[in-house]
Amino acid sequence: MTVHFPYLGLILLIPAIGVLFNLFLGYRWGRGAVNFVAPGVIFAAFIIACWGFAKLLAMPPGSALAVTLWPWIEAGRFHVNVALRMDALSAVMTMIVSGVGALIHLYSVGYMAHDEDYARYFGYMNLFTLSMLVLVLADNLLLMFVGWEGVGLCSYLLIAFWYTNPEFAYNGRKAFIVNRIGDAGFLLGIFTLVYALGSHGVWTLSWTGMQAHREILTGIWEPFGVPVATVAGLLLFAGATGKSAQIPLYVWLPDAMVGPTPVSALIHAATMVTAGVYMIVRLNFLFILTPSAMEVIAVIAALTSFFAATIAIVQPDIKRVLAYSTISQIGYMFLGVGVGAFASGIFHVMTHAFFKALLFLCAGSVIHALDGEQDMNKMGGLWRKLPITYATMLIATLAISAIPGFSGYFSKDMILEAAYASGHFWLWLMGIITAGLTSFYMFRLIFMTFHGASRVDPHKADHIHESPAVMTIPLIVLAFFSVVGGWVGLPKGFLWGEAFVRFLAPVTGEFKATVAANAITLSALALATTLIGLVLAYLMYLARPELPGKIASSAAAFYRMLLRKYYVDEIYRTLISRPLFWLAGPALARGVDQHGIDGIVHGTAFTVDNSGEAMRRVETGNVQHYALIYLIGVIAIGAYYVYLVIG
Amino acid sequence: MTPPSWFMALSAVLFAIGVAGVLIRRNVIVMLMSIELMLNAVNLTFIAISRALGSVDGQVIVLFVITVAAAEAAAGLAIIISAFRNRETVYADELNVMRW
Repeated sequence: MTVHFPYLGLILLIPAIGVLFNLFLGYRWGRGAVNFVAPGVIFAAFIIACWGFAKLLAMPPGSALAVTLWPWIEAGRFHVNVALRMDALSAVMTMIVSGVGALIHLYSVGYMAHDEDYARYFGYMNLFTLSMLVLVLADNLLLMFVGWEGVGLCSYLLIAFWYTNPEFAYNGRKAFIVNRIGDAGFLLGIFTLVYALGSHGVWTLSWTGMQAHREILTGIWEPFGVPVATVAGLLLFAGATGKSAQIPLYVWLPDAMVGPTPVSALIHAATMVTAGVYMIVRLNFLFILTPSAMEVIAVIAALTSFFAATIAIVQPDIKRVLAYSTISQIGYMFLGVGVGAFASGIFHVMTHAFFKALLFLCAGSVIHALDGEQDMNKMGGLWRKLPITYATMLIATLAISAIPGFSGYFSKDMILEAAYASGHFWLWLMGIITAGLTSFYMFRLIFMTFHGASRVDPHKADHIHESPAVMTIPLIVLAFFSVVGGWVGLPKGFLWGEAFVRFLAPVTGEFKATVAANAITLSALALATTLIGLVLAYLMYLARPELPGKIASSAAAFYRMLLRKYYVDEIYRTLISRPLFWLAGPALARGVDQHGIDGIVHGTAFTVDNSGEAMRRVETGNVQHYALIYLIGVIAIGAYYVYLVIG
Repeated sequence: MTPPSWFMALSAVLFAIGVAGVLIRRNVIVMLMSIELMLNAVNLTFIAISRALGSVDGQVIVLFVITVAAAEAAAGLAIIISAFRNRETVYADELNVMRW
């Protein structure tokens, strides 16, 4: 059942007004107005999203709210509308994006209180949220692409927010370019679908339209001899690896840490990186047709999850640890999606949004208190001075480490169980090892930051202070949801059970287990690795703080490899950036352009100039010379005619 | 009656003298005179052919040529006077500012 619900448009319109207000009137109306409008518009969007969600709950399962705003592209039989559709899946995503986004906006009011550029900041933040809302509410692939590109643009604008620092500007460009590479794949995926569907006379890209023509997608695509769904699926996943920071395009995310910390929270929790997961879940009817692409997704996800976690365990920068943990957690989401448990992926998107936003905002609070210090080696013992930050961050850490009862436990457990039950034993094994690594690096972060002896610079130690209420209230709200957010997806048969999964099932389909799995055993194994990680972190960073240094020096090469992130940046630089720079600079700019094309242009001018210089000597100015040449010409023509007559 | 070829020969000689005068003499007035000589050589040819063929067409053309030649001489002399006033010379090789 699809119900016309025009108020969906307001979810986009109100933040759009916020964008225009902040960017064009923000400085004129002053900080007070911006501080009110920017979080306000996102809250308003959240309230409308909740209204839509309530309506959906009251309707039978599988219903959707929809509105067609205006026709967008009319090319022959190919129609695309600017149309919005809120079904169970997009309702959940819309609420996450606007809800968590609103809290982050509120927090930003405090965090950016001393920044001159507040209006530009909030304008971009609103635009970022707006783009993500377009992405999740879009009724067709093309409109989704608009949001997809929008978040890419906003991530660039916000990562490079403090653009006067060349390194920050560079990292912004890096994020944008890496994302463009993925976007090219996404675009090719759209082309594939248009081509394949269009050649069968189906000219639509809307979800329902594509879903109704699944038989075309299973058809073999002649140029490659594989199903359309596989080609399109792999291309779209290439787009997802860029946006959602998976191998091989994850490299932009850790460097995105140079933006203001609430931006990191927004990128990592509410907007941007979950876009890839959402896209694949949204197109689950396509991906379910192509087991090979799904296998690729699952394997890449497990590898990403594992390797990102290994990098995170040695990073000294508090935000970098969180960045790698995000990559690792998104790996989990894709693992769930890749093994066919789409709802579990979205479940983890939701719980992750709560605790990751919280982690970043807490980290921001710590950095704020320490006047911009991000190196954990210069923290320690802060829990007394930042009690609210400490308590909330501890909750988030317990959640991300999947301690039973906290939200992360339920979602991660569901994913790992699905991975095992779908017969991917090795991916499951990597998953639970990663779970151990996760709790290790997260508790390392907690212990290094808040416990032990203070290593804070004595000059700063005096004026460490807890953040203002406008910053701590979002922390407390997020902490609340980091605990209870997972309770909507309890294990099967326990109280209300998997209510979340049942709610999404009409959109995402049911997960079908192929291998019998004992949920309790699996859960216990995952918990065991988690606790091992926790205890190791305690031993190494609290009980015997000299231990990490010893281990690092005894396995120096390995430690350095982790610290330098497996040299991936260096490898990319050598294999891709350098050759491209060479191609663009010496080869094309100087070789082809300056010497080739400019050479032709300058050469033409040079030839004309020089031949003119030589030929103008003919013009002596003496009329008798001209007469003589004229005579010679006359004689020559006369001779020619004589020759014609005689010869 | 004198055969036309004689007139032709005389005409050719006069024309050649005119050409040589234009090419060789430096004085622009003499060059103008040489041009007149060439015109009259051509006139002679017209008359001779007209007489030989018993047609008056050639004579009509000659009247035109004389008219044009008169006009040409007037315009030419005026230019020469003007050039002389500016440059104080009537030598063709010194009137050479239209050059590279």
